[in-house]
Amino acid sequence: MNRNRENPEVNAGSMADIAFLLLIFFLVTATIQTDVGLDRKLPPKETIPPPPVNERNIFRLSLNKNDELFVEDGIMELEDLKIAAMAFLDNGGVPKGNENHCGYCKGTGSPDASDNPVKAVISFNSDREASYGMYVSVQDALTAAYNELRNRESQRLYGKNYVDMEESYYSDDMSHEEKMALQREIETIRDMFPMKLSEAETISKLN
Amino acid sequence: MAKFTKKKDGDLPAVSTASLPDIVFMLLFFFMTVTTMKDSSLLVENTLPNATEIKKLEKKDRVIYIYVGKPTQEYQKVFGTEPKIQLNDKFANVDEVGTYILAERAKKPQELQNVLTTALKVDKNANMGLITDIKQQLREVNALKVNYTTYEGDAFNNLQ
Repeated sequence: MNRNRENPEVNAGSMADIAFLLLIFFLVTATIQTDVGLDRKLPPKETIPPPPVNERNIFRLSLNKNDELFVEDGIMELEDLKIAAMAFLDNGGVPKGNENHCGYCKGTGSPDASDNPVKAVISFNSDREASYGMYVSVQDALTAAYNELRNRESQRLYGKNYVDMEESYYSDDMSHEEKMALQREIETIRDMFPMKLSEAETISKLN
Repeated sequence: MAKFTKKKDGDLPAVSTASLPDIVFMLLFFFMTVTTMKDSSLLVENTLPNATEIKKLEKKDRVIYIYVGKPTQEYQKVFGTEPKIQLNDKFANVDEVGTYILAERAKKPQELQNVLTTALKVDKNANMGLITDIKQQLREVNALKVNYTTYEGDAFNNLQ
C-alpha cells in the first residue's frame, strides 16, 4: 500500500483569488488620507467674566455676512492679516525699564498696538451668515502669525523651529527625560506668545 | 558529432503563478497599513476648506466626528439645500449634538473619556451660525477640544 508515499502538493492556485478578494475589500472600505486640521480649545461654559482688558491690547477682527474682514473698524484683505496680527502681537509697547516691558519683541512700539504679547488678546467675531471657509482662512492666518513669532523665538533660544518641536513631541520616539525637556521648552515659548483668541464679546476697560 | 537533445514540442511552458499570492498579499498589507476605515457614509456635501498651519489628528479612537454641509443631491428633495448636521449615519438638529457627544463619550474606555477631540468636518460653504450653535452645544457638555478638519492647501482657495 505505498501508492501515496509523498504528500500531494496543496493546490495554491486559489490563494491568489482569496487574497484579491481581501485586497478589493480593503480598497473599497478604506480611505487613504489621515485627517489634518486646526486645533482649538473652546472656553468652558461657566467662566468668570475676564478682567477688563485695555483697548490697545485687543485686536478686533470681525467677519460680516459678505465674508468681508474688518480689522479695528477698517476693511482688510486676507493676505494682509498675518502681517497685521504679527505687528500687533510683537509690538512691545511698554518702554524699556518699565514693568511689563517685552524684552524679546521686535515691533515698532506703537501706542495703538499691544503692550506685551502676554497681554494681547485677539477678539474675533463672525456674522452668522459668514462662510465657514472664510472663517477657517482667518483662523489659519492667525495661527500662522503665532507660529511665525514662536518659531522666531525658539530659533533664538534653542536653535529649533517651534512647529518642529511640537511635532516631535507628539511622535513618540524619545525617552522620558528628552520629552520632559522638550515640554519645558515648548511651554516657555508658549508663555512668551500665549494664544489668546476670544470669540466672545471682549469688553474693554474705559480709560 | 555532438548530440542534441530533442526539442520539445512547440508550445510555451506555463508561467508559474505560484508567487502571485505573495505579490497580492504584499499589496494587501500595504493597503491595510496605510489606510483607515471609513466608518460612516456621507449624507452631506463635504468639501473641507484648505489651511496651511495644520496638525495631524492622530489616534482615531479619541476622535468624535461631526459632519456639516448641504445634503447631497439625493437627499435635497427631502431635506432641502440648507446646511445640515450629520451625526453617525443620520441627519440631526443642533440640539441633538450634546446628547450625541455624551453618548459617544460613554462608549469610549474610561481612560480616554477626558482626552476626546471633536473633529468638525464642515463644508466650506456652510455658514457660521450653525457652527457657532454647535460650538455652544459642545461647551454645554464640556467637550472643549475641537479640531476644524481641513485639507492641506492654500487658505486663499477657500473663497471661491
